[in-house]
Amino acid sequence: MAQTPVRFTLNGRETGLFVEEAANLLDVLRRGAGDISPKYGCGQGTCGACTVLIDGAPHLGCLTLAATVEGREVRTTGGMADGPGLTALQTAFMEGFAAQCGFCTPGMLMAAKALLDRNPQPTRDEVIEAISGNLCRCTGYEPIVDAILAASGQRGAA
Amino acid sequence: MTTVRTLATVAEAVSERGHVLGGGTLLMREVNYRPETVTEILRITDASLKEIRIEMSRITLGAGVTMAAVAARAELAALAPSARSVGGPAIRNMATVGGNLFAPHPYGDFAAALLALDARVHWAGGREEEIESFLAGRDRASGLVTAVSFVPPARGGFRFRKVSRTKPKGVSLMSIAANLTLSGSRVERARIAFGAMGPTPLRAKAAETALEGKTLDEAGIARALTVATDGLAPPDDALASSWYRDRVAPVHLSRLLLERS
Repeated sequence: MAQTPVRFTLNGRETGLFVEEAANLLDVLRRGAGDISPKYGCGQGTCGACTVLIDGAPHLGCLTLAATVEGREVRTTGGMADGPGLTALQTAFMEGFAAQCGFCTPGMLMAAKALLDRNPQPTRDEVIEAISGNLCRCTGYEPIVDAILAASGQRGAA
Repeated sequence: MTTVRTLATVAEAVSERGHVLGGGTLLMREVNYRPETVTEILRITDASLKEIRIEMSRITLGAGVTMAAVAARAELAALAPSARSVGGPAIRNMATVGGNLFAPHPYGDFAAALLALDARVHWAGGREEEIESFLAGRDRASGLVTAVSFVPPARGGFRFRKVSRTKPKGVSLMSIAANLTLSGSRVERARIAFGAMGPTPLRAKAAETALEGKTLDEAGIARALTVATDGLAPPDDALASSWYRDRVAPVHLSRLLLERS
């Protein structure tokens, strides 16, 4: 299959790759760029495990034609922490047991980051809406919602 | 993949090869699961596809306008609930107006809203088509939809609800859109469209007729409820049986019609 070049910024770093024409962004990130933080869950837009930020807004990597991110800024969970230090959001997930098997966690973190970047003091309903496209089969969601509220400085907020 | 930069050159490319990329939420799923069915992806980057044009007498949404863009526009507040009913936040940042017009059952909640608005579908090349005829023929259609347009609904006259088993995000058991022209509490004109109650969004014409001239109260809507699913073809799927959809549709229609605007 024909290859096409695509250049974008991945977690602040200029990235250029040759990709198959019909390749999705998730595949290109994982196999091309070596960033395995976004997960392949369903490949059809149901689970949200592949959620990444494109120009700051959450998108599903598995349903994004890779060529369409030309010139755009892509952020993944792999670029969240600065060295060994975790972000407040990651710490809140860890301390609040918001990850069990962990497979949904990268998508949850990106969906939560997109929310908090735009709305630093969300209500509980806004948090639930923000992660409504991300499935978790372990936690029952409550610890995740609590962790996102805690990261926003609203520990135990109703 | 072919990138087409202007609508002027798109018509030929669309008719010869097949798959126009909108937001990718339907097409890329095909690419991931049945790549043999997608021989060529057409990507159209003409900026006009992303335009929202608000005029006093008509609103025009480019086919590439996303659900998130619709939900974010204050002038489109009446449509926001239907745009927000599509997917989760990430899907809404991707999914487009044009894509929703072609979305197969059980998707297409936004198209149901457009059907209740008597929207007009604009094709590349200038042809326009009423949305009802468009939906009936969409599977055989060839060409590129560039926009939809509609008369803005009267204040408080447009209602929408989506019924699903999980909240806030779940696939439609059905969606219902009603565009009512009211004179006091009397219904002068009614448009009622159901999503996920047939192969495409469909109008409930018998209910519309039964509603016109009546008042919006329990007695006034009773007749419309008894004929709510006349002419619909609710499907069996993993979410609900045809029987169930048929039985609960009047209940949900009643809630929609009696909600305070």
